[in-house]
Amino acid sequence: MNTAALKKASSVSLSRADCEDFLINEARLLDEARFDEWLALFTPEAHYWVPSEPNQKSPLDTVSLMYDDRRLLETRVRRLSSPKIYSQEPRSRTSRIVTNVTIESAVNGVTKVRSKFVMVEYRREEQRLFAGTYLHDLVLIDDAIRIAFKKVDLVNADAPMDGLVVPF
Amino acid sequence: MQAYSVDDLSSAVQPARVHRRLYTDPAIFELEMERIFGVAWLYVGHESQVRNPGDYFLTQVGRKAMVVTRDDTGKLRVLHNQCAHRGAMVVASDCGHAKEFQCVYHGWTYHLDGRLKAVPLNHGYPSDFDTKNPRTSMTQVPRVESYRGFIFISQAKDGQSLTDYLGHMATSIDDMIDRAPDGEIEMAGGVFRHAYNANWKLYLENLCDAAHPWFTHRSSIDAAQQQSDDVYSDGTGEIAIRQMRQNGAPYSFWENQVGIWTYPNGHSYLGDYHDDKKLVASMEDPLFRDYIGILEAKKGKDEVKRILEVRRWNSNLYPNLSFMSQFQQLRVVHPISVNRTVVNTYCFRLKGAPEQMFRNTISFANIVNGTGSLVLTDDLEIYNRIGIGLHSDGAEWIEVGRGYHSDVRDEFGGLKGKNSTSEVYIRNMFEAWRGYMLGDKAGAAQAMKESA
Ligand code: FES
Ligand SMILES: [Fe+2]
Repeated sequence: MNTAALKKASSVSLSRADCEDFLINEARLLDEARFDEWLALFTPEAHYWVPSEPNQKSPLDTVSLMYDDRRLLETRVRRLSSPKIYSQEPRSRTSRIVTNVTIESAVNGVTKVRSKFVMVEYRREEQRLFAGTYLHDLVLIDDAIRIAFKKVDLVNADAPMDGLVVPF
Repeated sequence: MQAYSVDDLSSAVQPARVHRRLYTDPAIFELEMERIFGVAWLYVGHESQVRNPGDYFLTQVGRKAMVVTRDDTGKLRVLHNQCAHRGAMVVASDCGHAKEFQCVYHGWTYHLDGRLKAVPLNHGYPSDFDTKNPRTSMTQVPRVESYRGFIFISQAKDGQSLTDYLGHMATSIDDMIDRAPDGEIEMAGGVFRHAYNANWKLYLENLCDAAHPWFTHRSSIDAAQQQSDDVYSDGTGEIAIRQMRQNGAPYSFWENQVGIWTYPNGHSYLGDYHDDKKLVASMEDPLFRDYIGILEAKKGKDEVKRILEVRRWNSNLYPNLSFMSQFQQLRVVHPISVNRTVVNTYCFRLKGAPEQMFRNTISFANIVNGTGSLVLTDDLEIYNRIGIGLHSDGAEWIEVGRGYHSDVRDEFGGLKGKNSTSEVYIRNMFEAWRGYMLGDKAGAAQAMKESA
C-alpha cells in the first residue's frame, strides 16, 4: 500500500456484511476459474500465503505450500490460463463455502477479516476435501475492496498431499 | 500374487528396456522392500537433527516406523519404533529430547539406545523373563553410519561399507558442505511432503531427466517468460521466475551442455544447467559477492575457486535420496505401495553464510520442490499419468534405451551420457536394482555390463 492509498482508505471502515459479500464473490471467481478477475482483487504489493505448517510464524525461513508476491501470483495465474498446464488437464472442479466471517480489527484503513472455508476439489475421478481459516487484510481503494494480504491456514497443512494447483 | 524366480527377475531388466511389471506388480514391490529397502544403505536424516544426547526424531524407512536417537554416550542409534512387549509405537512426537522412552500401553521403559530399562509389575512375567535379553529391547538397526553428518542405515548385518556404497558420489555431499563457510550445514526450514499415485522408482528417474523440462514444464516456462520484470516483487518471486525461465533453455543446450554422470550402486548426478547470475555463484550478484568474501576469508581463494567450480544440479543416491548442493535441497523417497509414493523434501542452511542465502533456499524450495509450486505439480501429474498408463498392457516393455550406444566411461569408474538427455542414469539404477533383487549385487552388475 502506498501512503496516498492508505490515507484515502483510512477514514473508511468496512462492515462485516461488506466483507462477507466480498469473500463470497472471491470464492465464486475461484470456483468459476475466473483467475484474472481474482488476481485483480489483489493490491500491487499484496502477498498470498498458504503455510506448510500449522502456526507457521514466517514465510521467509520456513517453506510454504504457496507464498507469492504480486509478481509470482501473476505468473501463477498466467500458468493457470495456459492450455499447456498439464496438471490441469482435465481441469479441477471446485466448490467453496465461506462462512463464520468476523472482523478482527480495523486499523489505518486495513480491515483484518477472519473466516472459515471448506473447498471440495474434484479431478480425474478423485474428490479431495480441504478446510481451514482464511485471514484477509482488506482495504478500500477507489471505492473497491482489495486484498492487501491473504493467508490460508489449512487444517492439514503438514499432511502428505498430492499436487495443489488451484489456489484456495 | 505371482512368485518370481531368479530368471524372471533377471530377464525383466534388459540392456535398453525393462518390464512394465516392475512398476505395477505388488509382488515385485514386496520383494523390493525386502531386497532393496531391507538391505541397501538408506538415508534417514541429518545429525543436525540430533545434536545432543537425548535428541531424537521419527523417520520412516520404506514403510517402517523408526526413531533416530543420540544415546547417553553420544552414539547415533536407529531403533524400530515398536515396543518389545506388544508392538505398540513407543515414540509419538515427531522430534524432541528425552531421557528415556516409555511405552504408554503398559509402561515398559527403554534407554535411548533401545535397551529395556524398567518394567512396572515385572513380577507377573514368566520366570525366564530377563530385561537384559535383547528380545526385550526396542530393536536396533544393525548398521548406522554417517558421512559428514548425513545419517545412513542398512538393515543388513553385513555387506558393503557406507564408504564403498557412496563411492565417487561422496563428492556431491562434500560439495554441499564445502559451500558452508563454517564447514557445517543444518537441516532447517520445514518440510514438504508430497504424494502421488505411482511407483517409487519414477521419482529418482525424473530428477536427472534433462529431456522433460522443456516439454512438461511448458506452462510455467511460458508464464515466466511472458512475465515482465517491473511487477512488484519482494525477491520471493525473483528466484522462482528465474528458475522457471531457465527450464526453457533450448533443446540443443539440454543435449550438449548439461552433462549426466552415473556411478556404481545406481547413483548419478546431472550437471548444472543454469547461467542466471542469481542461480549460480557469480561475482556479479551482490549477495554472492558477500558470500564468496566470507567463504574466501575462511578457506582461501584457491579452495573457494575449486569449490565453486563444482557445478552439479541433482545428485541421486539410489534408492531413496536426491539432493542439490547449490540451493541445499534434499528429498527422501518413501515407497508406500506399488502405486503410492510419498516424498519428503527438506532444506539446509549453510552455517556462516549470509541469512539471505537461506531465504533464497526457501524461495527456491517453494517453487521447485513445493507441493503447490508452479513446477513440481507438473512432475506429480506425470507420475500419476505413468501410474495410469502402465496399467494398460498394450506395451509390455518400458524403453530406457536413449543414448545406449553412446555412453562413455569416465575417470572415476562411472559411465556418462554422451548427450545429457541419455537415459544412462535410469539404466544404471536398474543395474543396481537387478543386483539387489538377485541378492548378488556384484555378480549381477558384472553380468549386465558384459551383456551391454
Ligand atoms: S505394548 Fe508397550 S508396554 Fe505393552
Ligand atoms: Fe520436472
